[in-house]
Amino acid sequence: MITQKIVDPEKIYDPSEKESLFITGSEAVKEALRRANVDMAIAYPITPQSESMHLAGDLFAEGYIKEYFRGENEFAVMSSVAGAAMAGVRVFTATGGPGTLRAFELFPTWAGARLPIVCSFMTRGINSPLTIQPDTIEMACLLDSGIIMLHAETAQDLYDMILRAFMIAEKTDVHIPVGVFCDGFFVTHTRDTVEVAPAEMKLPPYDAYSSPVPAMDMENAPFRHMRDPFVMKSNFISYATHASWQQEVMAACERSRKYIQQYLGSLIETEHPDSEILIISSGTAISQGREAMKSARAMGLDVGLVKIKSIRPFPEEEIRLLARNAKHIIVPEFNRTGWMAREIKSVIEDTTKVIAGPRVFGGMTMPPESILDEIRRCSK
Amino acid sequence: MRNLFQVSAAFEDIMPAEYKSLIENGPFGGDKGVTDLGTFKELLEEHPLCAGCGLALSLRLILASLPNPEHTIIVGSTGCSALAFPQAAVHNIHSLFGNQNAVASGLKRALSLRFPDVVKDVVVIAGDGATADIGLDMVMHSWFRQERITTIMLDNEAYANTGGQESGMSQEGAVLNMAPKGKNFSKISVPELAWASGCAYVAAVTPANPRKLQSAVRRGILAARETGSSYIQVYSPCPTNYKFKPNQTIEKVKSREKDGTYQVREYISDEAQLLFDRLEEVKNG
Repeated sequence: MITQKIVDPEKIYDPSEKESLFITGSEAVKEALRRANVDMAIAYPITPQSESMHLAGDLFAEGYIKEYFRGENEFAVMSSVAGAAMAGVRVFTATGGPGTLRAFELFPTWAGARLPIVCSFMTRGINSPLTIQPDTIEMACLLDSGIIMLHAETAQDLYDMILRAFMIAEKTDVHIPVGVFCDGFFVTHTRDTVEVAPAEMKLPPYDAYSSPVPAMDMENAPFRHMRDPFVMKSNFISYATHASWQQEVMAACERSRKYIQQYLGSLIETEHPDSEILIISSGTAISQGREAMKSARAMGLDVGLVKIKSIRPFPEEEIRLLARNAKHIIVPEFNRTGWMAREIKSVIEDTTKVIAGPRVFGGMTMPPESILDEIRRCSK
Repeated sequence: MRNLFQVSAAFEDIMPAEYKSLIENGPFGGDKGVTDLGTFKELLEEHPLCAGCGLALSLRLILASLPNPEHTIIVGSTGCSALAFPQAAVHNIHSLFGNQNAVASGLKRALSLRFPDVVKDVVVIAGDGATADIGLDMVMHSWFRQERITTIMLDNEAYANTGGQESGMSQEGAVLNMAPKGKNFSKISVPELAWASGCAYVAAVTPANPRKLQSAVRRGILAARETGSSYIQVYSPCPTNYKFKPNQTIEKVKSREKDGTYQVREYISDEAQLLFDRLEEVKNG
């Protein structure tokens, strides 16, 4: 382990000297964690996530992470991660696909307990039949779980988003979990050039007392929360307590917008946003969209692109305004349900502009030609 | 007593009486135990549980037995006991049904990172459904991993809070909801599972003998601090679902002990025994 120095997060995010590595997405997770001053990581294997948590284990063995173990299943791991966060440490884990669903009950609980956990989801298909192939269907399940959801397109995004997720999650006025999603295999198992900050730098440590709820450490006065547990009562006060708490979790997610803008520039990225045809999506579907856009533009077609980086909070206003000028909106997705198209339709004024496809699932790749076909149909 | 608990002078006139009484006459910083009950302000302020609830009695005794309530964090689970914890003056967590030992594992390790020089006791207190059924895998894996936590089961032999369904801890033949023809397998031997899983200290006790219960809780917590996991099972019969009179709870316990269907027992590892002997020697000077 090399000696690291705590630096201002901005210096890690935009260092004057960058190092360029040719690494996999899983290795990008490792490089982010190396610089993130993580106290604890808890692991459980599932394809295509496993390698990232092996590498977190290597960081533990080298001394960059202070505590690490393999739990007994994803539900247990997400529970142990919750316990660690309640005790006031910075904690990381990762899962994907069936693991996400096995652990599902924990995610709304994390948000409700205001825990700033960072979890990476390497997405894959959901059984049955058994599949390990890339698919973003699990993201649809998590849309209303209360967690912040960032979607990485590339290994660079994955590194950037994980390293920034801790700072976003830990803001007192946010203090809810951040899920950093990437498409399994396409991002985790492929190599790409990733620019990283010098390894001598690390983030400032988490301050347990920046939390809007008390750390469970018997270091703040432990006096009784209430005379009667609300769960037993059927009265206005108990309903209002639960409702206002839930609203506050939603408000915390809303308040994260300014920090996502601060650390990631914006919730979206655009190329030729004033075009007649816009391809709007997230993850590697947008990479394929970009290839299709390039081909289309070479043919003289007026096509632009919108990459959505933040799924929760959703860039509602940004998408609404962009959609106003477009005649057609093509939404390529790596899942069967088209949840991203539904999200877009839910915020724009004229939903007839949306073409909910192409949709690819079951592990197939998405040829840019399939998106180009949609562009051609719109251009007739 | 730690400054943490002291009332700021500026707030003295507005603090509730029961808060002040916890500071002036509570268990923090003192050496209170079950034989002092009735003479000090308890950690549990009233409770919403049924009249004659064996679980409520056990919980009072357990909380009075904690060797260091100033540095104790309790992890609970869903069930009747979850209704009492919001009224306990000690940090306590309710996460989900059955995940208590997994939460406690992460909590204890994280507290050890943050406070390497302070002993923070992490004690799981959950019902039999949470411990022996829905959470059994996480309970046992915390033992396999030798997590430094104490697991206490409040065993009322049923899912009481959901209306009296059979649990793995119900006796064979018991007619309960979801066992309309009687339970057709025997009560799970969790103390023996705990022992086989590597717990350093295991006990099955009852609230009919408060001193024995206190000894088990203290031994369990001391063993968890220095040697490994510990498990304590407390028979806490439920008058509401087993339909006996609320004033017969202790009689019920005693009759079950007498007919041998609830056996008080203790398993102590050599290492834990050495620890207890050493502590006994120190105490006796």
